[in-house]
Amino acid sequence: MNTPTVYVPRDSAALAAGADETAAAIAAEAARRGLSVSIVRNGSRGLFWLEPLVEVATPQGRVAYGPVHAENVPALFDAGWLQGGAHALGHGLTDAIPYLARQERLTFARMGLTDPLSLADYQAHEGWAGLQAALRLDGAAIVQQVLDSGLRGRGGAAFPAGIKWRTVRQAQAAQKYVVCNADEGDSGTFSDRMVMEGDPYLLIEGMAIAGLAVGATRGYVYIRSEYPHAVATLREAIARATAAGFLGDDVGGSGRAFHLEVRMAAGAYVCGEETAMLESIEGKRGIVRAKPPLPALAGLFGQPTVINNVISLASVPIILARGAAFYRDYGMGRSRGTLPFQLAGNIRHGGLVEKAFGLTLRELVFDFGGGTRSGRPVKAIQVGGPLGAYVPASRWDEPLDYEAYAAFGAVLGHGGIVVHDDSADMAKLARYAMEFCALESCGKCTPCRIGSTRGVEVIDRLRRDERRAEQVILLRDLCDTMLHGSLCAMGGMTPYPVLSALDHYPEDFGLSVPDKKAA
Amino acid sequence: MNQDLGTVRTIATAHRQVPGGLLPALHAVQDALGHVPDEAVPVLAQSFNLSRAEVHGVLTYYHHFRRQPPGRQIVQVCRAEACQACGADEVMAQAESLLGCAAGETRADGEVTLLPVYCLGLCASSPALQIGDKLHAAVTPARLPRLLADAGLAR
Repeated sequence: MNTPTVYVPRDSAALAAGADETAAAIAAEAARRGLSVSIVRNGSRGLFWLEPLVEVATPQGRVAYGPVHAENVPALFDAGWLQGGAHALGHGLTDAIPYLARQERLTFARMGLTDPLSLADYQAHEGWAGLQAALRLDGAAIVQQVLDSGLRGRGGAAFPAGIKWRTVRQAQAAQKYVVCNADEGDSGTFSDRMVMEGDPYLLIEGMAIAGLAVGATRGYVYIRSEYPHAVATLREAIARATAAGFLGDDVGGSGRAFHLEVRMAAGAYVCGEETAMLESIEGKRGIVRAKPPLPALAGLFGQPTVINNVISLASVPIILARGAAFYRDYGMGRSRGTLPFQLAGNIRHGGLVEKAFGLTLRELVFDFGGGTRSGRPVKAIQVGGPLGAYVPASRWDEPLDYEAYAAFGAVLGHGGIVVHDDSADMAKLARYAMEFCALESCGKCTPCRIGSTRGVEVIDRLRRDERRAEQVILLRDLCDTMLHGSLCAMGGMTPYPVLSALDHYPEDFGLSVPDKKAA
Repeated sequence: MNQDLGTVRTIATAHRQVPGGLLPALHAVQDALGHVPDEAVPVLAQSFNLSRAEVHGVLTYYHHFRRQPPGRQIVQVCRAEACQACGADEVMAQAESLLGCAAGETRADGEVTLLPVYCLGLCASSPALQIGDKLHAAVTPARLPRLLADAGLAR
């Protein structure tokens, strides 16, 4: 009989749920029973409420059990789980779990299937197909594929990736760079982390393609220091990919060079802003630069630089492998392709849901997410990170599309979705948004540096009912200044959560509902 | 301290030719010594041909870098929105009370430093915290005392 294979994820979220202890318990229990078991540490499927989600390979396919803690392991062996036996923690075939079966996983197609660092696994699951396709094209044709796919920046700004690439490609310089922004500091987002920990060669492949497209020979991945597992995994993956000839002086035997390096951030949220990130990679304080010049023309060390988020770059390989039309056929309007949504906060089934643009928040939070974890009614849903608006119930049926969200003053951002139940105090959350901005502002522009501190004070007075009607006027005026006068999204978008909380939940600020028009 | 300065000199020399090498050098110093002592600043400044003020500016800009030695163990409690939605404020208050140490501070006996952190990226299984290198998700008031006790931090 062949040695059965058991998959125990190594994603941070699985480790935080005790995956290492589970893996050790499986090995010990197998040894105690004289059984031979091959344990593979795979990436996470993204069903985090089931972590540690252990899978057993059977002739019918992989069978899922979860959450499997060390103390459950003996009973699972008793139930014959190595043959896919029934148990209370069993979920049947992994691929048939509705949460997964209903997704459209393009970027995350391989996520959780493979050993993240195995080059053989990567190759066996369509790995490097995009790079091979790119190596048969000239740079302009690669850029055209990305343009035709309709891919827009997944980091939040949604700028067409192909236009950025074309600008860098057409710039004349001896040295160009590709920089991956992996400073995923937004609460409620973890898709970048999942790619780096669970499918790192995907990001490497996307960056190598970007390098070939624009003529850049060096790349940096700027990863936050709060992600030590992602840093370690990506560094190891870069070393292995370089040794195997997918990076280095001769990418895939093409004679063209692309060198990749990880740079660790140091806990400054504002370094997720692209120009602050460049300053940080240059070894300076992460202060936002004025634009122009665009980083595409004068970016890292003053040279033309492609800057993309992890998911943008990780979406490129499948576009090259399957063709621009394949990717463009997903989505709606000008939002083409898929977005890996991240269901977070007070939600029963939190995790990663990759779907084409156009589904609704209600479908995500209730059909996929199962409502709140606390069992209480959903009160507010923050979409797009700490700088995104709180979306009230009246908007939960709007399609998730960049333009549709912008039309009512919200943002899709990076696809992070944080659910709050009816115990949430929206005035407290609005205060937190200002407090966070005050803590993290780089200090270069006045509206952000001073405005955020004044914002905390005004909201405090508002909550204490010191001349409340005047404070509302003051707060709206302050938000207007920050919105229009800040240098970057830090100060410019902090008003989104503040104003949406004030507009849609006035009672939490001690205002009667009609008073919300006080300004 | 002389030995520490030697370490800093070695790190500074190793990074001086690295483009943008100051940040990786600061990381290396903190990884080696647990913090970045003030004495490291002139050494790094000279190596990178920067003023001491510039190095000080970078060192103090980033939350990650510490200028004082931390406690023997570091406990980080995530304070971001997704964790707040599931009771992170209560977890932090409970941690302060169980550890006998305020957020952002090191306990007088030097055993533990309690820090807020803005997002560990475990937002689907909040609230999250980290004790040393070990991550913990879905922390509840019932679980926290044992997690701290297992780390030898019970009082």
